[in-house]
Amino acid sequence: MMALLSSGGETGGVRFVHVAYLVASFLFLLGLRGLTHPDSARRGTLFAAMGMLVAVVGTIWPHEGMSYGYIVAGLAIGTVIGIPMGLKIPMTKMPERIALSHSFGGLAVALVGVVEYLQGNAQSDKFHMGATGFEVLLGALTFTGSIMAFGKLQGILPGKPSTFPFQNFITVGALVVAVAAIVYMIFVPTAAPVFYGVFGLALILGVLLVLPIGGADMPVVICLLNSYAGLAAAASGFVFDNNVLIICGALDGGSGFILALLMSKAMNRSFANVLFGAFGSDSAAAAAGPAKTGVAVNEATVEEAAEVLKASSSVIVIPGYGMAVAQAQHAVRDLAGILEKNGTRVRYAIHPVAGRMPGHMNVLLAEANVPYDQLFDLDQINDDFASTDAVLVVGANDVVNPAAKNSPGSPIYGMPVFNCDQAKAVLVLKRSMNPGFAGIENELFIHPKTMMVFGDAKQTLSKIVGALKEGH
Amino acid sequence: MTMTILLGAYVFMLAAFLGFQIIAKVPALLHTPLMAFTNAISGISLVASLHAAGAVHYSTTSRVLGCVAVICATINVVGGFLITDRMLKMFRKKPGAKP
Repeated sequence: MMALLSSGGETGGVRFVHVAYLVASFLFLLGLRGLTHPDSARRGTLFAAMGMLVAVVGTIWPHEGMSYGYIVAGLAIGTVIGIPMGLKIPMTKMPERIALSHSFGGLAVALVGVVEYLQGNAQSDKFHMGATGFEVLLGALTFTGSIMAFGKLQGILPGKPSTFPFQNFITVGALVVAVAAIVYMIFVPTAAPVFYGVFGLALILGVLLVLPIGGADMPVVICLLNSYAGLAAAASGFVFDNNVLIICGALDGGSGFILALLMSKAMNRSFANVLFGAFGSDSAAAAAGPAKTGVAVNEATVEEAAEVLKASSSVIVIPGYGMAVAQAQHAVRDLAGILEKNGTRVRYAIHPVAGRMPGHMNVLLAEANVPYDQLFDLDQINDDFASTDAVLVVGANDVVNPAAKNSPGSPIYGMPVFNCDQAKAVLVLKRSMNPGFAGIENELFIHPKTMMVFGDAKQTLSKIVGALKEGH
Repeated sequence: MTMTILLGAYVFMLAAFLGFQIIAKVPALLHTPLMAFTNAISGISLVASLHAAGAVHYSTTSRVLGCVAVICATINVVGGFLITDRMLKMFRKKPGAKP
């Protein structure tokens, strides 16, 4: 095994596979660079896919000691499942899809680690034993952690954080025990029960890590699982002394880490707070104080909303997770189309943590045919609200909550939010007056400038479109 | 042996550094396709899985586990690249015809 995948071998076949891996690595980097701009991104993806093909062909190129039965079966089954997963899954289900694929990635890496141990390759020296241990640990916890994330996103598991006594203590304890067991394996590599113990413990650890995390914190968790999956792949690169695995693992791990940093920065929270804070649990809601009841809400009809939009020469749309749930992106686009025909300038303001994964809203709006030069980040657009006539909030909550700026006691205090209250008018499309997942009251909803339009976002938008059309 | 490990560490360091530089330049607009993309390329663990599934001198258990790993990694590679392209296809500057 080592001779085959490692750089140590000298036979012609080994050299060929290594040239293939070198070419593949280059193509992956070229592909990643393509993603820095929407115009070059598709070409980049094509480069990377070619890189993958080169790496796979190089690996399965006929050589001694290789048989194809299991290889062909695995590739065929994987392709048959992979094609619908790539082509059929709706864009609104993208976070679920990504979580699921992290779990596949984690499982693949963990299983390869187990095979290495079963075959006695991992035990060859201390370094490879340690690397295999970490490969299995990271792979297995990514596997179950991602399944948990998938379950929460899909609604199979409760989206609210699940907590139990001494939870953080138990989670951290389990992690310490798992790492200690890997260290033990380095010195006593024959201790098979300890090895499989690490595997089992890592599976439990994945569950424990994601259990206390609420729905709105999913962007950070998905990014972190992305990062773990990458690090697991990098660890397997060290197991096989295989540079292309190390490179891809580093890219994947680095990417997940950067995105997780961006997400937690956009919520003004530390990783520790996200991972162990059980944000949005009942205790957090209680800390936010009793809900104010009987506050005057300025409820508006669809017609009134249409009037406001019609009279506006500039509109900023702020989409949130509610837009994805209601699948309202096409209705948003229809409304924008009519407003633009009237000469209104329509832009979209997208918060880094809007939705359940980074860039979620961008993909949905792109799907609805919104040109990407109308999509703006928080920093790009936040100074423009003061000169904007109307803001249309579609299913967003925390990212427009002025409490983040004004109430030091609020759990989301310090989080960068949109300056909606600076616009001349604010329209909020919302299902009901229920506070968001974190149970935090949103002062924007009772702001004098705000008009609340209750109901399903998609239906409300269609009705507004209808009212605007009638008005012509 | 030690040299191989050290070389691996060099490769990891350089790739991580380069990756940070490039990924920091990916606009927030493309963060979801970026995740799908990195997910697809991390399916490179397929090469290790393929070896486990194909090695004649391995036990049947090992090769079956290898085969399951090949399935998982192939799903990510095939599905990952397809979905990345499907998403990127939708990002247009001017409102155009439906893809």
